[in-house]
Amino acid sequence: MTDIVLQLENLTMQFGGVVAVDNLSLEVKQDKITALIGPNGAGKTTAFNCITGVYEPTNGCVYFYGEAIVSNRPRGRMKKLYAGENINANRKIVSHTPDEITKMGIARTFQNIRLFKSLTVFENVLVAKHMRMKQNVFTATFRLNYKEEKRIRQECLDLLEEQGLLHLRNEMAGSLPYGLQRRLEIARALATEPKLLLLDEPAAGMNPQETQDLADFIVRTKDKYNLTVFLIEHHMDLVMRISDHIYVLDFGKLIAHGTPEEVQNNQRVIDAYLGVAEDA
Amino acid sequence: MEHLNNKQKILITAALIIGLFILLLVLEQFLPSSSMLFVVLKKGAIYALVVVSMNLLNGFTGLFSLGQAGFMLIGAYTYAIFTIPVEARPMVYQYFNGGIVKFTLPVIPAIILAGIVTAIFAYLIGLPVLRLKSDYLAIATLGFAEIIRAFFQWDKLGPITNGSNLLKLYPVFHSVIFPFTVAGICIAIIVLLINSSYGRAFKAIRDDEIAAEAMGINLAHHKQISFTISSFFAGIGGALLAMFQTTVQASAFRATMTYEILLIVVIGGIGSVTGSCLASFLFIACSEWWLRFLDNTTYIGSFKVPLLATGFRKVFFAVVIMIIVLFYNRGIMGTNEFSLDALIEFFRKRFSKRRKEDSAT
Repeated sequence: MTDIVLQLENLTMQFGGVVAVDNLSLEVKQDKITALIGPNGAGKTTAFNCITGVYEPTNGCVYFYGEAIVSNRPRGRMKKLYAGENINANRKIVSHTPDEITKMGIARTFQNIRLFKSLTVFENVLVAKHMRMKQNVFTATFRLNYKEEKRIRQECLDLLEEQGLLHLRNEMAGSLPYGLQRRLEIARALATEPKLLLLDEPAAGMNPQETQDLADFIVRTKDKYNLTVFLIEHHMDLVMRISDHIYVLDFGKLIAHGTPEEVQNNQRVIDAYLGVAEDA
Repeated sequence: MEHLNNKQKILITAALIIGLFILLLVLEQFLPSSSMLFVVLKKGAIYALVVVSMNLLNGFTGLFSLGQAGFMLIGAYTYAIFTIPVEARPMVYQYFNGGIVKFTLPVIPAIILAGIVTAIFAYLIGLPVLRLKSDYLAIATLGFAEIIRAFFQWDKLGPITNGSNLLKLYPVFHSVIFPFTVAGICIAIIVLLINSSYGRAFKAIRDDEIAAEAMGINLAHHKQISFTISSFFAGIGGALLAMFQTTVQASAFRATMTYEILLIVVIGGIGSVTGSCLASFLFIACSEWWLRFLDNTTYIGSFKVPLLATGFRKVFFAVVIMIIVLFYNRGIMGTNEFSLDALIEFFRKRFSKRRKEDSAT
């Protein structure tokens, strides 16, 4: 039980009448790279948003190290509308805002890069450390926290150096080239000192060479910071190369899971990606 | 010339500030105290404080709030109510049996109290209002500012606020040094806040709320902090304005005042403290002094200059804001700050250019 970092149980997200994620259950194991794949609109990012507290799922639970961080059952208007399964009337309701979930140790990156564009690279990383500081407004304003601030700055400089971004620390984040922005976003996520890193299409818009580099980078980072990685990706070569376990979503439903080889040879996965001929 | 190190920078800044104060003292000795220059400097300093506090909210936290005039009103009233001398109260509160506040506070504690009372009001207003975003937030804060104005004029509150009558006879300042000192200290504190870890968090919220939240920044908490602190300083600004005007009446704190402040924020550059200060003095100088002639009917010989009549000044400002929004929408300073380094860099470029031209000819 202890080696399961993240567990989703009957997670359903319904927007009005549309079921975006349908009864999804999966497990992410300690120190492994787990991937969530699926065609466009399969509900992968919605699942991420449910885990990180951006959305409140309609039904289901998310456990982080065995502790329920998100838990809900259809309530109010959704009671009538609910189209999914597995309603557990006794399920207690747990809901956290995204910042609380980040504080627990789940960091994420975004599909369309969301850096703080008018801040420098250094400040972007410093912002991520903000919540780990013990200061309050008063001590921060009058610099009574200078020891802590100094320590945090040094930590961020070290982090930037490890990520190879140190020479860019005074550049505006918005002016960096695309590949480096992705790097910075991951560096910023690492600065929140996570145990679990959620990557939402980290290789989107990258060429094969950059994708290759990114794959090495992810594996290296994971080992260095003792992370567990859960990623969404479209680049099959990246996913197949680095993942230990793959879950496949299609129209919100889990259609297959297993090692990369198992998934690659699964008929339903092939059908979902390539489509099924009418007369087949 | 090499880049300056931190110690030198602090020394030069301190020297500049001391120099400014000496200059002000000297000016006060030589110019008549009724000189327009002092009116501009006093009101400019007060406006600079209020504008910077609004910039903290609009420019640095990205919360488009239009409640500044309402918060200034609370500050102005708090200051006036608690500093009117006991013996003057029967005269001020002539319709309300001398009011119910029977004690007087010294000036400085009263100013700080003005800030605190405003901050408490802002905190309470912020609880529901800060759940709104962009335009809706602007409308809600504007509405609250109007409610505050109506509330302070309410007859039933007369024993405290004197209803819709004037508050007067409280201590005021005569020297230009006083508003400069108070506003200077307050702006310095705001700058310190902006450069602290909280300031970075505010800017992160301005740039991208979703990402800021994903980085562990509690949006509600930080917006509330920014809103409350901004209002605290708006309250102090209101107290100073009350001292400057020597009388306070709630009906003066209309939405137009907020728009005036917003106009200065935009002219100075949204997200620039020095821009805000610069623009406040410019704006006040224009509206109180340099552009006064636009309001007077003028004859050149026997020819009556067209359009010049009371209120034409406002038309001019309307045109200025349109020009700025259309062609120069970053304001005077954009998000840049005026700094010694930039100044030196600027002059170095100038000189090296001239030197090159010299060597070319």
